[in-house]
Amino acid sequence: MTTELPSDIKPTSSKILLEKPSSDWLPPGLALQKVDERIMTLNVGPQHPGSGHMRLIVQIDGDYIVACDPDPGYVHRGEEKMAEYRNYITNIPHLERPVIHDSCNILYPYVLGVEELLGIEVPERAKYVRVIAAELNRCIYIMYWLAIYGIFLGHSTMFMWPTGDRELLIDLMEKMTGARVTHSHFIPGGVRNDLPSNFEDVCLRQVNYFEKRIKEYAAVFYDNPILISRTQNTGVLSRQDAIRLGVTGSVLRASGIDFDVRKKEPYDVYDELDIQSIVMKEGDAYARSKIPWLDMLDSCNIIRQALQKMPKSGSVRVKLKPNPKGKGFDTVYKRVESGRGSLGCYIVSDGKPEPYRLKLSVPSFRNLIALPYLLKGEKLGNMPSVYWSLNYWPVEADR
Amino acid sequence: MSVIAPDFKLSGFIKSLLDNIFWILTLLVLIGVPAIFIILFVIPLPIIDGELLSPFLAFAALVNPTRLLPIIHAFLTTDIFKVMVFPGFGFAVLLAASVIFAERKMMAKIQLRVGPFYCGKVEGVLQLMGDGLKLISKEIIIPAKADKPIFWAAPVLFVATAAAFVALIPVAPGWVVADIDLGLLGVFAVIGFFPIITILSAWSANSKYPFIGGIRALFQMVSFEIPLILSLLGVVMVTGTLNLSEISASQSNFPWIIFLPIGAIVFFITMLAELERIPFDLPEAESEIVAGWLTELSGMMYGLVQLGSYLKLYAFAALFVVLFLGGWNGPMVVPAFPEQIITEGIEMGPITLTIEGLGPLLHDTITQEMLNGTLWFVLKTAGVIFFIILPRGVFPRVRVDILLNLGWTKLIGLCFINIFIALGLVYAGVIGPGGLV
Repeated sequence: MTTELPSDIKPTSSKILLEKPSSDWLPPGLALQKVDERIMTLNVGPQHPGSGHMRLIVQIDGDYIVACDPDPGYVHRGEEKMAEYRNYITNIPHLERPVIHDSCNILYPYVLGVEELLGIEVPERAKYVRVIAAELNRCIYIMYWLAIYGIFLGHSTMFMWPTGDRELLIDLMEKMTGARVTHSHFIPGGVRNDLPSNFEDVCLRQVNYFEKRIKEYAAVFYDNPILISRTQNTGVLSRQDAIRLGVTGSVLRASGIDFDVRKKEPYDVYDELDIQSIVMKEGDAYARSKIPWLDMLDSCNIIRQALQKMPKSGSVRVKLKPNPKGKGFDTVYKRVESGRGSLGCYIVSDGKPEPYRLKLSVPSFRNLIALPYLLKGEKLGNMPSVYWSLNYWPVEADR
Repeated sequence: MSVIAPDFKLSGFIKSLLDNIFWILTLLVLIGVPAIFIILFVIPLPIIDGELLSPFLAFAALVNPTRLLPIIHAFLTTDIFKVMVFPGFGFAVLLAASVIFAERKMMAKIQLRVGPFYCGKVEGVLQLMGDGLKLISKEIIIPAKADKPIFWAAPVLFVATAAAFVALIPVAPGWVVADIDLGLLGVFAVIGFFPIITILSAWSANSKYPFIGGIRALFQMVSFEIPLILSLLGVVMVTGTLNLSEISASQSNFPWIIFLPIGAIVFFITMLAELERIPFDLPEAESEIVAGWLTELSGMMYGLVQLGSYLKLYAFAALFVVLFLGGWNGPMVVPAFPEQIITEGIEMGPITLTIEGLGPLLHDTITQEMLNGTLWFVLKTAGVIFFIILPRGVFPRVRVDILLNLGWTKLIGLCFINIFIALGLVYAGVIGPGGLV
């Protein structure tokens, strides 16, 4: 049986795309173009060395930015939908894909939530191993972020040094988990493997050297007069605006608000460790770029404390039943402090082996919301420094 | 720090050299020598001094320096040699190429990496050739709505202007392509061309990022040209001439950087800005405007602009040496030419070889002073280039408003201080025309 198409529907072909759309419809970005003869619209990205996997539609009047419209979504992968078709264990490898550099921290809230859903008690040693892995991952992420911040400001040495020093911690993670970036190390009920035999010594040595190295960055980058003149008093986010816009993590702490999930809502063994939550009052791009670096120094302290307090032996995982199920209808929300800020995971269970719904609340997207407010009225030369100071990871924002 | 590249080993290096020599000799014997003899067999041979020029005699004639050197000398004294080879284009391109290699290795050392390593067996010396071949083989893509004649002409004009700049630089006493009395004024005129070419290229590309980059280049170069010219006035005052050779010769006792350090510093900073180097590489700021005014250039057009900018780098460094560091002046380190090399004739087949000494043979074209001057000039230029490259490793990029503020207020103020110092020195009779030094 053949059906005829109605006359007003044309078959899909490239011709439709080439036809001029009706006058009132314009693709995003072009709709804003004809405001004024003086204003030029720039599509910064997705193929631009300073954009990442996203597009910024920037309107400039001379050297000043009149408006900025972030256009994320180029790397949307449907992680949340995918999670509904896999069980609680097979969800692990694909959930860490949004931030492969921070893969332990993005798995952390999911694993904590599943443990609460299934009612699992985690061994003490596994909690310490998780904290060490999460802090190492935070440093690995921040080093990558810092490298890109350096090259965004035209400082090629600050691109090469963090990229090289990051290898120290990547080697540690490889020893610990067997993989350099996507570790899939955290599982409901603990961690996948126990630490290798001499891990404590190697870890302490590498972390001490790493701390010594990153302290040297102050001389070449953070105390550099040109960097300070470029980033101080640019993109200032006031305390009230930071609260109103809902930013998180280093951006929030740079605006003078002391909020760190590790301190305010401690999970695993963070309440037994001494954590400094670093706060700066300026709220400008310089403060936002300095806080992650100070965070790394703090992470080194946390790792040393955890290595000292960790039980020297014991189990690191609870044996799970195959295909574990939740107990009827249940919801759980857990959040952790990732390298970029508070990262939450909301799981709805309906008693089946798969989650009914899984929602990731990611810090990158929450920080991106502040970008149009910060860039308005800034100079075009400040665009990269303000944009990347938001501690934003495009793939995570898209999920 | 994991470093993949292996350490440099002398034995491996010697082995690779022997390897190369073996293949060169083999290919020469198999292809080169037969080819030469075939050519000699085909062409009719002339009769010289009553003897038929056999291949053997021809080789023997080339061995005899008394016959070969006058030919070389005749070539050395031509204008085309000066323009193309020694003080001109070829010399500058050779130095520019070594600058690119040195820059890459230096940046690699600062940034704890290896840099070019594999191409050319020895520390990647042939990397530049590989890059050049790659650029030549690339397709040239021109934007559809570009103004094509101007867009094509801009890279060629850029290299030509840089080469014109090179032509004004005196390398050794008497060795300069264009020895004009208004040499420094010529330099200013040539520098004034660069922003015009930049904005022509940027505007004709008919694209947004090159346009912004071109406008930035225009801002930067025009606002830094004034402190550039003012910073050199001090030298002109104390020497009383605009001729670069005479300025160079006037520093036989003291380089002017001792008396005019502020002018030298200001000139160095403006030089960085004119060369679009970090921290002043705003016209090519990658993270803001892709590659600035170079965005739409592809293939060898981009290669030509890069060649031009490195020629410009050499020329500016050389200008700094000529004006402030004493040019070719320096202690004599080149040994004197031997008076007589071979006094007793050596029988070499049909000829008897005697050489009376190099000086008379070369008719004082290549002298001891010239070699010594060139050596000191190259050494000083290399030192200045080192300091031009160094900021790239430690500074981020500045912003447009900070740059313009620096150019229009601070640097011009310093220039006037420098001019007053120069005036004081001249009126006090310390230095200058008819002065003590």
